[in-house]
Amino acid sequence: MLGLLGLVYLSAVFAGFLAPDDPATQNRDLSFAPPTRLHFGDGTRRLHVRPFVYGLARSGDSDAYVEDRSRIYPVRFFVRGVPYRVAGIFSAERHLFGTDRPGRLFLMGSDEYGRDQFSRFLHGGQISLFAGLLGAGLSLGVGMVLGGLAGFYGAWVDETIMRVAELFLALPWMYLLFAVRMALPLHIEPTEAFLLVLAVIGLIGWARPARLIRGIVLSAKLRDYVAAARSLGASDLYLLRRHIWPQVLGIALTQGALLVPQYILAEVTLSFFGLGVGEPVPSWGNMLASLQRYQVLSSYWWMFVPGLALIPVFLLYYALADALHQRAAALSL
Amino acid sequence: MNRRFAGAALALTALTLLIAASASSPAAQRPAPPSLGSRSSSFGGQAGVDRMVSGAEVGLSGGQLVVIQRAEPRTLNPVIAIDVSSKDVIWRTMADLIHINRETQLTEPALARSWAVSPDGRRFTFSLRRGVRFSDGHPFDADDVLFSFQVYMDEKVASPQRDLLIVGGQPIAVRKLDQETVQVDVAEPYAAAERLFDEIAMLPRHLLEKPYKEGRLSETWGLRAPAEAFAGLGPFRFKEQLPGERVVLERNPFYWKADRAGHQLPYLDRLVFTFVPSEDAQAVRFQSGEADITTRLSAANFAVLFRDQSKRNYELIDRGPGLDYTFLFFNQNNPAEKAPPAIARKLTWFRQVLFRQAVSLAIDREGIVRLAYRGRATPLWGHVPPGNKLWVNRSLPRPGRSVERARQLLQKAGFAWNADGALVDNEGQPVEFTVVTNVGNTERIQIATIVQDDLKQLGMRVSVVTLEQRALLDRLLTTHEYEACVLGLGGGDGDPNSEMNVWLSSGNTHLWNPGQSQPATSWEAEIDALMRRQLTTRDVHLRKRLYDRVQELVAQNLPIISLVSPSVLVGATKGLGNFRPTVLDHHALWNVEELFWRRRSPGAPQ
Repeated sequence: MLGLLGLVYLSAVFAGFLAPDDPATQNRDLSFAPPTRLHFGDGTRRLHVRPFVYGLARSGDSDAYVEDRSRIYPVRFFVRGVPYRVAGIFSAERHLFGTDRPGRLFLMGSDEYGRDQFSRFLHGGQISLFAGLLGAGLSLGVGMVLGGLAGFYGAWVDETIMRVAELFLALPWMYLLFAVRMALPLHIEPTEAFLLVLAVIGLIGWARPARLIRGIVLSAKLRDYVAAARSLGASDLYLLRRHIWPQVLGIALTQGALLVPQYILAEVTLSFFGLGVGEPVPSWGNMLASLQRYQVLSSYWWMFVPGLALIPVFLLYYALADALHQRAAALSL
Repeated sequence: MNRRFAGAALALTALTLLIAASASSPAAQRPAPPSLGSRSSSFGGQAGVDRMVSGAEVGLSGGQLVVIQRAEPRTLNPVIAIDVSSKDVIWRTMADLIHINRETQLTEPALARSWAVSPDGRRFTFSLRRGVRFSDGHPFDADDVLFSFQVYMDEKVASPQRDLLIVGGQPIAVRKLDQETVQVDVAEPYAAAERLFDEIAMLPRHLLEKPYKEGRLSETWGLRAPAEAFAGLGPFRFKEQLPGERVVLERNPFYWKADRAGHQLPYLDRLVFTFVPSEDAQAVRFQSGEADITTRLSAANFAVLFRDQSKRNYELIDRGPGLDYTFLFFNQNNPAEKAPPAIARKLTWFRQVLFRQAVSLAIDREGIVRLAYRGRATPLWGHVPPGNKLWVNRSLPRPGRSVERARQLLQKAGFAWNADGALVDNEGQPVEFTVVTNVGNTERIQIATIVQDDLKQLGMRVSVVTLEQRALLDRLLTTHEYEACVLGLGGGDGDPNSEMNVWLSSGNTHLWNPGQSQPATSWEAEIDALMRRQLTTRDVHLRKRLYDRVQELVAQNLPIISLVSPSVLVGATKGLGNFRPTVLDHHALWNVEELFWRRRSPGAPQ
């Protein structure tokens, strides 16, 4: 499970290497090209060891494309292509695969500007997957600190924190984001927009984990061994670290695994409505945004791919949460 | 024209007086409409009406037509309506003195059966059609004309038509010579003055004088008013409405047009307007056969519907470029006093003509046509689209896209490129700006995204921001807080006079720098002079030469960088006779009185 999820995240980190193309390069002659077919045979009974693709041409005045069979473009591996950066640290220009120009290998078709959907999908994963991870981390972190404090100290600390949490639960976060976006200057950088979205959804989302953690801490601190430790003069910090933290950790991790997909979905939703990262930077949400249009929705099935990709990612996270839950249950017994 | 009805019956005058006497009562009943049964009797009780004869194909009476629109009309009052959805409905129920034929783009007589212009071009004498009645049966005469102009020119009413009726700084003077003759004086000779009267709806004095005197005119004829409250001179009259869903018009039994066979128009019994909130919903509903006519289709939805055309009972028509033009422009206002220096510096780039020329050269107009409009648009290098066949300057240069030459121009203007390939100005500041456009307008957003990518090749960093329409206009025209914008203009009748406000430097829609007290540049001063001169020139050929020069100046100095003119795309159920959509507004409905069903389609809703 963890291995599979790790692979998913690695593919996002190494998007530049795995993607054959730059996610922002437009090919204006190839808008909404369907996924390119890989061929092994060229119709002359000769089988090619190396798969190849044909070029695309418009068929008449209609929207459809036909393969131009006059020339083949073999698929090559470890080719030199557009330069990219890995994790923002080192730059390279080797790609896992590619074809000779002007041949194009659109594994997932192309979008309205003729940009390679597969490359955009991988690069978009960088935004969407990490937004989920960071957003969940942020809200869980804040939630654990505040929930822990509320549960451990009780009394007015508990009252205050829990009432504020209820306030946050009642906030319609979507409208809040609309309002925040309106209040900002017209132009903000895609990275700033990304961080902003993260900060807002992360900070609003702390209330739910905080309530959960508070409950755990509350029940943990009433256990006999905690009372015993306290009567022996253990400090608050010792109690938290030694006796309560291990109780909380398992639950918190399970909670985290459940929160990540929620935050991935939050990013997708926000970008879908144009509140997330802006063009030309891809994210799964803004890639799906073109499906708001009837023409795209009814004509180009490959535009759904980023949405479909959410399903296995979510299933992996839920399976992970399940496994974590069982481990935590086994530990606490 | 139409002199054949000049000897109208005398009997009518007596009747006119009779009805006029009883009309002051608000509860005046609608006189029984003439019988419509068979063709031979279609003139019914209206003998002697000075009819206008349509030259269109003779059709069959009956049936209804369902038109689907993107928004519900906000009002049915022609005096205050400004939005397209209201006007599309209103103009099926209203008529004007002189009308611009949407097909020929020339004027033709409407409620005025003829008019004469004095040799100095300042006096117009209209002869009204005799025996014309409002849709409630009340006769129409010179008093209604006087009343209508009084309303339009009243400052308190704030009608959008008011500005048009002020020529040379003075409102036009309207006088009644007799019940059938009206004289209009304008302060200075005015080019194409008869075009002024197009879409100035003649109002029923018997219904509107009271609310007007009470200062309630702008609240009357709202959507919720009962059918008896309305009367117009158009082919249809208001029947009923269902809020948010539809407005139903019925045939006006007193309409003053007839076909060549002598049958009174219109042919259709009912005209139903239905409303959906989005362009996509409009296309889906049309596709499923819930509507007979759809206009203002986007190219994308046109493509979807087109693919299905053979399987379905509709036809789609691409009328080629219309009068709309979409363009990019930069903020050239004087920076506000407390504007930060970063903004002020950007404005100095935008004011350089070389900068704007470089941007224009780098934009891939063909790419825009292909991607944003799927080929259903025409690239533009001047602001008058080829759809405006009378006024377009066909000799403007059409420089091809050249990033190379654009870079040379930028270099000449003092820009340079840093090590990363980013464009910097003479102080070493990177050239970055934001293009704003309408949220929800897919084509304009796509254009902005294409421009963003094209200008990246010049080393400019462009970001695209979408704004809601009102917020956008507020930034453009009031606060001037924007850098560049993709916008469209259009509509109007194609005559340069309809765009005086855009091209005069003092105009309040002089987009890039509105409301100047003195022209900021020499070319703006020249455009001002040319526009003012063509306004008072009566020789059409001279006017054309003057406006050609305006187009040249705009194309050279690029206050707006014209990009494309979208094609006019409409769809209609098969079997609709006389269906000839035009590029001028009211595209599919301009001749609604002539539309008819060739044979009832079996599934047609009743």
